[in-house]
Amino acid sequence: MVQRERFAVKKKPKDTKGTLIRIAKYLSDYLWIVILLVVLSFLSNLGNLMGPRFAGKAIGIAEEGFRKGVGMVDMDTVIHYALLMALFYVGSNILNFLVRIWMTRVGRRVARNMRRDVFHKLQRMPVSYFDRKQAGDIISRVSYDVDVVSTSLSTDVIQIIVSSVTVVGSFVMMVVISPPLVLCMLFTIPASIFFTRYMAKKTRPLYAKRSAAYGSMNGFAEEMFTGQKTILAYANEDTITERFSAINREAAESYRNADSMGMRMGPTIGMINNIGLAAIGMGGAVLYLLNIVGLGQISSFVLYSRKFSGPINEISNIVNEIFSALAAAERVFQLLDEPEETADLPEARPLADCRGQVEVRDVSFGYTKEKTVLHDLSLEAKPGQTVAIVGHTGAGKTTIINLLMRFYEVQQGQILVDGKEYRQYTLDSLRRNYAMVLQDTWLFRGTIFDNIAYGKENASTEEVVAAAKAARIHNYIMRLPQGYNTVISEDGGNISKGQKQLLTIARAMLYNTNMLILDEATSNVDTNTERQVQTAIRSLMQGKTSFVIAHRLSTVQNADKILVVDHGDVVEQGTHAELMAQKGFYYRLYASQFE
Amino acid sequence: MKLIFRYLGRYKKWVALAIFVKLMATLMELSLPYIFEHILDYVVPAGDLKMVLLWGLLMFAAAVLTRNTNVKANAMAVNNAHRVSYDVRQELFRKTVNLSGSQFDAFGLPSLISRMTSDSYNVQSAAQQLQTLCVRAPIMLVGGVFVSMTMDAPLAMIMVVMLPLLLGIILFVSSKGMPMFVTVQEKLDAVVRIMRENITGMRVVKALSKSDFEKRRFAQANEEMADRDIAAATVMAIPGPFMQLCLNMGLALVVIIGARRVNEGLMKPGVILAFLTYFNMITMGVMGVNRIFMSLSKAGASADRIDAVIRTSTDQKILPPEEALQPSGDEFIRFEHVDFSYGESGGDSAGFLGESREKALSDISFAIRKGESLGIIGPTGCGKTTIINLLMRFYDAGAGGVFVDGRDVRSYDKDELRRKFGAAFQNDMVFQDSLRENIVFGRAVAEDRLRRAVEDAMAAEFVDSLPEGLDYEAAIKGANLSGGQKQRILVARALAADPEILVLDDSSSALDYKTDAAMRRAIGENHPESTVILIAQRVSSVMHMTKILVLDDGKCIGYGTHEELLESCPAYRETYEVQMGAIA
Repeated sequence: MVQRERFAVKKKPKDTKGTLIRIAKYLSDYLWIVILLVVLSFLSNLGNLMGPRFAGKAIGIAEEGFRKGVGMVDMDTVIHYALLMALFYVGSNILNFLVRIWMTRVGRRVARNMRRDVFHKLQRMPVSYFDRKQAGDIISRVSYDVDVVSTSLSTDVIQIIVSSVTVVGSFVMMVVISPPLVLCMLFTIPASIFFTRYMAKKTRPLYAKRSAAYGSMNGFAEEMFTGQKTILAYANEDTITERFSAINREAAESYRNADSMGMRMGPTIGMINNIGLAAIGMGGAVLYLLNIVGLGQISSFVLYSRKFSGPINEISNIVNEIFSALAAAERVFQLLDEPEETADLPEARPLADCRGQVEVRDVSFGYTKEKTVLHDLSLEAKPGQTVAIVGHTGAGKTTIINLLMRFYEVQQGQILVDGKEYRQYTLDSLRRNYAMVLQDTWLFRGTIFDNIAYGKENASTEEVVAAAKAARIHNYIMRLPQGYNTVISEDGGNISKGQKQLLTIARAMLYNTNMLILDEATSNVDTNTERQVQTAIRSLMQGKTSFVIAHRLSTVQNADKILVVDHGDVVEQGTHAELMAQKGFYYRLYASQFE
Repeated sequence: MKLIFRYLGRYKKWVALAIFVKLMATLMELSLPYIFEHILDYVVPAGDLKMVLLWGLLMFAAAVLTRNTNVKANAMAVNNAHRVSYDVRQELFRKTVNLSGSQFDAFGLPSLISRMTSDSYNVQSAAQQLQTLCVRAPIMLVGGVFVSMTMDAPLAMIMVVMLPLLLGIILFVSSKGMPMFVTVQEKLDAVVRIMRENITGMRVVKALSKSDFEKRRFAQANEEMADRDIAAATVMAIPGPFMQLCLNMGLALVVIIGARRVNEGLMKPGVILAFLTYFNMITMGVMGVNRIFMSLSKAGASADRIDAVIRTSTDQKILPPEEALQPSGDEFIRFEHVDFSYGESGGDSAGFLGESREKALSDISFAIRKGESLGIIGPTGCGKTTIINLLMRFYDAGAGGVFVDGRDVRSYDKDELRRKFGAAFQNDMVFQDSLRENIVFGRAVAEDRLRRAVEDAMAAEFVDSLPEGLDYEAAIKGANLSGGQKQRILVARALAADPEILVLDDSSSALDYKTDAAMRRAIGENHPESTVILIAQRVSSVMHMTKILVLDDGKCIGYGTHEELLESCPAYRETYEVQMGAIA
């Protein structure tokens, strides 16, 4: 409850109808259960509504006897009604319990299905989406937003059914008991509705402000804690704490403003109900004197009027919850509606027995329309050749890799693999023909063994160990208490960058393909280890078409072809010796190492 | 929990007032059914319309008064809670940014962040509820029982008998349910973790066509979480309907026994109705106690987590001069036989090796004069950054002495020591702010010095290419800047205040050789007074330094000038030859 309130973004969803329909679609998987639950909760409510009627009857009989004198109460009838009352109540409570449990189940299952759909969706999304979006945002949709929807489904749906049945039912009962008495308290309905709407209008912006203030406070704290060392280094603690104070004050005040306003709601609705009660008392007195109603009738009428006003009190809360659930669902659906990776062409075939002949023809590309990163780039790699790509930071080296792997779509020009336009191959098979080691190493929580064997299902222990040995990481692994079974914490928390990179090199070693991409594969490894790994990498590159990006020019000297890229253009092309002889861009780049 | 009372205690008078007002409001609320019962039992049968009107108006007035008192009490409680939450968060923030390196490690960044966000929120809610719900619910409970006792004691016994049963159920379910929710949270963490892994590693997943594998991995975690969640929610769904059940059985008993007592002439029929109302009220009280239990046990855990941070006493005392070590030389920066291991203080649980940590540094000594420079080179994880951590006193050395300007670093006032530095760390932060603010970083830096820092850091070209120039707003963690751009802004920050000591920890790794060299040249020419400590992977970056320290596995394996090391340190020579390729 507390958690929900905290994030509840009180803003109106944009496409309420569409969102409702999509939620209904998720519910339709459990259609029969939901229908059953609706029926059960209806029955449970009817049972609950019958209770006061019997209580009223019993009290009426007691009152009748009371007027006749001591010992004149018809106890048998009283007990008869009281037992009926208990029976209906108990049945209603048991049904209510069942409904709650099952509705919770449905809610959690729907949440599970939503999470599954989001995850599957992510797998179909182009890489560009992940380059653009913050992981935190996607994750908050999966954890927090889905949770809001699920909680709302488990409680609010039932609540609405219960409330509407109760309101209508008790109103009917009140009319049955005494129409004139209904007139006495009728004013409470418009008063409650009017007040609820008035309050909603007033509090919603305050709550929105509160969420925003908390959001920015949390963001600030997270950023500052992450950069704590820097703050200490510049002796900036006091300044930052003071800046936090302003943000903190704003958050505290927005909380005060929103909640002290929000907490007027309960007492006020309570007051309206109590005034209604007073009116019933006065009206009832008049009617009693005119002999139109008896005390027993007034009693059960009062019980129903309580049942009647209870849900109205709750509805304001529910409405807020439903709005925030709809907004949350909308955020989930928004993600599900993102454009997906381009589908394979209908005539696409799997790329089998790849020779590793790659040709890039006049390719131009930009991440945004305004700025082209590559201009008319052409290159050719024959099977087994090593092509090195060098150039300054931001020259477009990694972009070439993004295109080769088809993480991004070529906007102009063509890329051919084994002589065929590469869109003629299925995306999966094209990518499976590349092994790659990237600068950003990626490991998942799991054993070292599983991380190395990731690319090759059912890899044997021998294969994994051989790959680790080739990547010069075997000795390190054996020094760990659990060896290959050591679990790597999320994102490889406790291993150094260099060791992570060696693990990913081992992973690539195990993944036998004809094409290889090394994007700054050894940038985090020290020179000594690098030299040792180089031998392994060289044997890895044997017979494969390899694309190598490296800062250290020493690592690319042996390439068959070196491509010098500057501002998206290939400015020079040739072997190390040729390029050195040209005394051009590459020569200057090379010489700058020694300045 | 103590934390909440401690901070509420600061506003003792206000809290007492809020509780008092809430008490009044609740008592008035309790009196309303009493009035109504009176009307039904005495006023109506008497048949005096005037009296009916009078009592009706009285009830009307009481209702309005109750509402106003309640609103007032709530507003006061919220107001107190807002002060408490401000104080707690402020203290927590201040403490957190002042934690020493080893204390920070012991808590861990994600945990510190969640203490600041969700835990402080729970504390705020509890501070408010302690003044409202915690007053109202028990009063409803006790008051309801008390009033009904005075109305008709035997009838009230029904409730008195039932109450322990209800409270027992609450205790039982919450003691069973809470651990279940902890498990749900753990399972959710697993779901989120796999999701995060996939988001950050999507290139690898796609490149290796592991989508199906990942889907299976996710499905398993997802399924487990849903199961646990359903189990926990099922247990938690018990108290509500169960209490309703007990209440309803009680109501039936009230009707039967009440009618019998009416029959015996011991009470009036209106009492039965009033009883039904009080019964409702008491159940509300029990439900309220239930809620208090749930939310306070959560808040209690949160409060303890915050208190753990706030109560951390500083582990880095400033030594009086007589306790501080004396350097045995007069160089500007001296390390004398320094040993250090991480995780010695503050209960280290982060180590996944489960064994005691190896020494990060052992027996490190060096000395450089003002205006000289020191290059530190060595394999990944060999302890290069640790030297900076000790020099700037993020951590304290285990043995040996660290001296700056002839004084033990532990004898400096913290700010006094760190003001001497300008530092750009590995993985340093660009904050969400303008580039200008990122470079100035809370110090007084004149415009021309700022400009010079930008130029010396080789950042001028890219800053000038931005339409907003230095007023360009960096996104959170500098997400809208490239790695090389970030590093240049960080170096500009380090240079901006013309520091006595300039620390550059691997802060040109994303720059190409040419820019890197130009940056070093500019720093050398324009900041001749600054003592420079530079950590790098490339020999070319450190070869021109006055002294070079070669580290391996926390030990010094070479110390001297470039030429000396080429002679004396085989590892250094090898690295040099490999990196320089054929030309050297």
